[in-house]
Amino acid sequence: MSQEEYRMPEAVSYLNSPKGWKSWLFTLDHKRIGMMYLLLTMVFFAVGGIFALLVRYELLTPAPTFAANTYNKMFTMHGAIMVFMFIIPIIPAALGNFFLPLQIGAKDVAFPRLNLASYYIFIGGALLAVLAILLGGVDTGWTFYTPYSIKTATAATLVTLGVFVMGFSSILTGLNFIVTIHKLRAPGMTFHRMPLFLWAIYATAIIQVLATPVIGITTVLLVMERVLHIGFFDPAIGGDPVLFQHFFWFYSHPAVYIMILPGMGIVSEVITVFSRKQIFGYRAVAYSSLAIAFISFIVWGHHMFVSGQSELANLLFSLLTMLVAIPTAIKVVNWTATLYRGSIRLGTPMLYALAFLFLFTIGGLTGLFLAALSVDVHLHDTYFVVAHFHYVMMGGTVMGLLAGLHYWWPKMFGRMYPETWAKVSWGFVFVGFNVTFLPQFMLGRLGMPRRYHEYAPHFAGLNQLSTVGSWMLGVGFLIMFTYFLWSLKRGAFAPANPWGGKTLEWQTASPPPTENFHQTPTVTAGPYEYGLKAMGT
Amino acid sequence: MTTATHGTLHVHHHFETAEQQYQSSKLGLWLFLVTEILLFGGLFVVYIIFRGLYPEMFSQAHHFLDRVLGSVNTMVLICSSFTMAMAVRAVQRSESARASQLLLITFFCGLLFMGIKYLEYTHKFHEGLLPGIHFHNAELTHPKAALFFSLYFMMTGLHGIHVLVGMGLIAWMIVGCNRGRFDAHYSTPVELTGLYWHLVDLIWIYLFPLFYLIS
Ligand code: HEM
Ligand SMILES: [Cu+2]
Repeated sequence: MSQEEYRMPEAVSYLNSPKGWKSWLFTLDHKRIGMMYLLLTMVFFAVGGIFALLVRYELLTPAPTFAANTYNKMFTMHGAIMVFMFIIPIIPAALGNFFLPLQIGAKDVAFPRLNLASYYIFIGGALLAVLAILLGGVDTGWTFYTPYSIKTATAATLVTLGVFVMGFSSILTGLNFIVTIHKLRAPGMTFHRMPLFLWAIYATAIIQVLATPVIGITTVLLVMERVLHIGFFDPAIGGDPVLFQHFFWFYSHPAVYIMILPGMGIVSEVITVFSRKQIFGYRAVAYSSLAIAFISFIVWGHHMFVSGQSELANLLFSLLTMLVAIPTAIKVVNWTATLYRGSIRLGTPMLYALAFLFLFTIGGLTGLFLAALSVDVHLHDTYFVVAHFHYVMMGGTVMGLLAGLHYWWPKMFGRMYPETWAKVSWGFVFVGFNVTFLPQFMLGRLGMPRRYHEYAPHFAGLNQLSTVGSWMLGVGFLIMFTYFLWSLKRGAFAPANPWGGKTLEWQTASPPPTENFHQTPTVTAGPYEYGLKAMGT
Repeated sequence: MTTATHGTLHVHHHFETAEQQYQSSKLGLWLFLVTEILLFGGLFVVYIIFRGLYPEMFSQAHHFLDRVLGSVNTMVLICSSFTMAMAVRAVQRSESARASQLLLITFFCGLLFMGIKYLEYTHKFHEGLLPGIHFHNAELTHPKAALFFSLYFMMTGLHGIHVLVGMGLIAWMIVGCNRGRFDAHYSTPVELTGLYWHLVDLIWIYLFPLFYLIS
């Protein structure tokens, strides 16, 4: 097939109509807003990544390279940027924004103006955080634990304000998505015909709406504590520093699922489409997203086993935490069952989805170690924890994100990415990831504590391995950025449905026209009904 | 959030019907109100914790709040909620002029509330009943009393900000009514402002006994 058959290069799409930078900055089109989020969060990913490389560079040798407080600022900025400015927003705000209306057959989200507003609110918050970096950085760690965060002379006030403001943006996005899913589904698009990505986004949005206000008030209190010394977290006046931890994790544990659920949603899409089968146990996968969302609210105490909370609380939180394993395992089992005897195609999205499965399983299982009280006391604040959360966040969410980015790239830009280079890059990322973080499990078990800029000489070998791994990761990402940019101008034109997907976004042009569909689609079948009659349009 | 209950005059392009648009706005606002409750919920949790830790301090400190002013303010807000509800009814009956008057009364209730708060606050400042380490009142001797006033200022302060936002919205609605933008066919903004105002009112109804009336 010649490229011209797919699409005339000048075809009108959301990308070129209307024209001019103002039409982007003031756009109400969910696709453009999603694109702007994608660009911004990717920039933060790069910045956070540079901090990560610096942190790893410091740990190349047992002796310090940077001053201790420089190191503290580096890992704080790495963690804070990665969490609040990259991984929490990117999938919902960028890919969710773009694909939610497309997948339910709507013209836009319910509140387009609110959508744009939350983008600018996000920028406002991010600017505060960036300003904090420019003013010398913050050294509290991304968790801003009191009482240190009250006392530090670094720019903690600005960063916490930034987190507060970005939280607003997250709430408004979640709210917008919930209303959109409830009220704007195309005729025939019942809840049980919704793509699993949307179930995940829906569950995520619930967490965003219910958990984020708590971090909002927590950051406000922290700012007040720093400015007015209100004393809630200050033991000198009768306050309780551990209270902050409770508040912080009441948000931040569910936030872990804001990070991971959308990734799981993407994996559900990619696995079905790339094994050309109906997903095994659609409803179980869908409802397990909701189950995860609800359980996520009652397990925060597992971050505080050694904070001096009561034995009973410890026991309860340990037990409840294990509960999350159930819906998670349901998902993993169903994905595996879907793969079983499917006609699997190993395109890059699928490779990333498989990487997700593999790495996330490791991350999840090591999470069970940490949920076990006695073991956690030994592993607490060691590199085991660092390895665990990177396997979950990076091995899980980032792999899911990359699966989605490749899967939807042709739809978003109307161009294919170069498959060979993508596979090369995948190789670097996958191997590099494991070389970076596997040794950290061992370091942790051997007792190397986290957040130190120097360490005992006998940890040197594993640390060097880990640092070399981080360079491989860097190379992998560099290749990826390069071919993505290249494909924007040079990539082959993408057909409307390069992977043979059944969900609605594949039933419109690539890239989609401004109003998504020329006619509101009517849905007559489920999202993955391979072998059944084609989905109506 | 411009919507219509009937007719298609105000329907945005991405909605199919006015009803769909109206329902969306309503759901959106309810969700937003949930987040507001959770925001205050955090502070209520702090309240419960410190009240549990220092019960005798709370019962000592609350005597330093002015019950009379607090009660007057409660009455003022309840009245305002009432006039707000009437204003919504008036709009739904296309009685713009009447709606505008009722909204104006609501607005002034808000103003009165904030005026009284201002009096209370300055009085507290004057007596050194301040949050955290700034606390320096000689009469109130309980060593942890500062926490009570931290809570008091945080919670009533946050509530006060909400009152101000509500007054802004009401002012906007008054302008809209005067320009004839709202009538029986299109009353969503006024309805939503009303809901928001009721929430602000409701939160105060909880704050008042927790701070002024405990024993
Ligand atoms: C490019 C690959 C990455 C490398 C080499 C890397 C490396 C590191 C290292 C060495 C630390 C310091 C651990 C400590 O001393 O406690 C760290 C902390 C952290 N990383 Fe990464 N990281 C990478 C990617 C990511 C990603 C994608 C995320 C996204 C969520 C992330 C989130 C975090 C967080 C939250 C912390 C904790 C920061 C803190 O203790 O305040 N990292 N990372
Ligand atoms: Cu957790």
